[in-house]
Amino acid sequence: MSLQFIVDGLLTGSMIGLGAIGVTLTYSILRFSNFAHGDFMAWGSYATLAMVSAIGATFGKVAPIGPLSFGWPLLVALVVGMAFTTLLALLLDKVLFSRLRSQGQAIIVVMASFGASMALRSLLEFTFTSRPTYFSRAIQIAMPVGFGIRITPDQIALLLLTAVLVHGVHLLMTRTQTGRSMQALSQNAALARIVGIDVASVVRVTWIIGGALACVAGVMIGILVQIRPFMGFDMLLPMFAAAILGGIGSIPGAVLGGLIIGLAEAGAVQLIGAEWRAAVSFIILMAVLFVRPIGLFGVRER
Amino acid sequence: MIDLVGYGAFFLTTALIFSLVTLGLNLQWGLTGLFNVGLAGFVAIGAYTSALLTTPVDPARLGGFGLPILAGWAGAMIVGGIAAALTGMATLRLRSDYLAITTFGVAVVVQLVALNAQKLTGGPFGIGFIPRPFGGLAETPLLFNLSNLAVVCAVTLIAYLALEHLSRSPWGRVLKALREDERAAISLGKSARFYRVQAFAVGGAIMALAGALQAHFTGFIAPDNYLPILTFQVWVMLIVGGSGSNLGAVIGSVLVWGIWAGSGTLTSVFFPPEQQARAASLQIVAIGVMLCVILLIRPNGLFGDRPRRPRFGKRKRIATDKSSSGS
Repeated sequence: MSLQFIVDGLLTGSMIGLGAIGVTLTYSILRFSNFAHGDFMAWGSYATLAMVSAIGATFGKVAPIGPLSFGWPLLVALVVGMAFTTLLALLLDKVLFSRLRSQGQAIIVVMASFGASMALRSLLEFTFTSRPTYFSRAIQIAMPVGFGIRITPDQIALLLLTAVLVHGVHLLMTRTQTGRSMQALSQNAALARIVGIDVASVVRVTWIIGGALACVAGVMIGILVQIRPFMGFDMLLPMFAAAILGGIGSIPGAVLGGLIIGLAEAGAVQLIGAEWRAAVSFIILMAVLFVRPIGLFGVRER
Repeated sequence: MIDLVGYGAFFLTTALIFSLVTLGLNLQWGLTGLFNVGLAGFVAIGAYTSALLTTPVDPARLGGFGLPILAGWAGAMIVGGIAAALTGMATLRLRSDYLAITTFGVAVVVQLVALNAQKLTGGPFGIGFIPRPFGGLAETPLLFNLSNLAVVCAVTLIAYLALEHLSRSPWGRVLKALREDERAAISLGKSARFYRVQAFAVGGAIMALAGALQAHFTGFIAPDNYLPILTFQVWVMLIVGGSGSNLGAVIGSVLVWGIWAGSGTLTSVFFPPEQQARAASLQIVAIGVMLCVILLIRPNGLFGDRPRRPRFGKRKRIATDKSSSGS
């Protein structure tokens, strides 16, 4: 068995983990599992792609940075895409989720998110057709790094980006007042209100973090694999499995869960074959639900 | 004229098969409050089970047992029920969202097996030569369609009457009690998990039966028939009809299937052939928006038996939810 699966697994795991952070935050703070989260990824990816082509049309061809496959336009477009995805999430919350939430039935919100997910995805399919597209068609030479492992410059850059983002979110959650308010709200909503936490602003921050990270994850998939309308929907099960494996509400848990599932998927691809990849997250999910439903870092509900 | 009757029969048969799935979902969601977003998986399990049991022997894959159609239906219900019971046992002691995520996963895995376990399911090419009831009448399509309609009508009617009876029986009252006020029901000595697993299993069996009916009606099944879009259509049918009402489930199915088929015909008339795939995705957008709008403005649908009357504990909980989650 070649050790290459470690790199592949870490990369897939980063994408899953970044998405799972959003899933776990919505679950613990807004108390529903958001089936539209995968489609935030796809929308972020397409928005970034549109922005890249817009920049390309205005500034002409831009040389890539060093050995990477992309130049500054992608970085600028990524920031725009993150803002766009965030706005999309906030808009969806305002029009749909917050109204249903105020009616007080959590599961209706889940159903609405399922409907929204269908509509969002099909809208992408309508606009961009279901044919896959790419940020760049250039082929990168993978560098050997020993033990039979090869890695491309893009992959290194994206792994570093993930590490920085995860660390940043972790600091935000543990060191800032906003982050502590979010934790407070997820642990005891009623008490959080009593001490004067501004629920509306916490909800807003939750969507901002979730939407922005979903966009980054989507762009990662776009750079390393391809952009399709279904790209986010296919990530949904791994993301849910990662969030539950890590323990609902725990950021490090979501990322660790994502990495575990990514590595397991990459290992399974080598051992059994790529066609069974999607079953891995289901098996892990079932195992967690039977053995330890609160996950690795979860706390029992109070 | 004859064509129109034939098409009407065909349309109604499909709509009634959908309404059977919706009846199963109504037992799970409408009556018991169990959220199933993977029902396409249970429909597929039924279709494949029945197909495997009744098709003639095929050396290319496992099985083909050549059993009678009724045996196929019974097998579909048993396997579908067991699958649903297992899913329920894994998740029903946890928060309701976990059931949603798990059923979603079940649908993904069933789809995967249907695509990849070629020995069992024929892979992407599916299974053909599934025996059709009244297959001898296939030369006269009108008679064939009408007789199939009669069979599907009969099965749906039996399922409807059985479910009506069940929901009024002591068993159904326990389910409603659990849905309305779990704590009160438990305090009367009813095991919440036990009853919920039962309801989920019976619902799964009905969905599997619908899958089997569909398989024998068309004579051919492939993994593409059981994509998440199926789950989505059935949910819209139940919500439009009004969850909790069996009559609503049937009428909602016919209505939504009418809208779906009608808009499909319209797009095929108004869009050039190369644009039809795109137009079809617009159809899904419209239905998705419709679901969200109905949830927002008329969550009871046409015939829903809610509003749930808040009782002592419940009212308090809704009040705290309101205060804690508003934004």
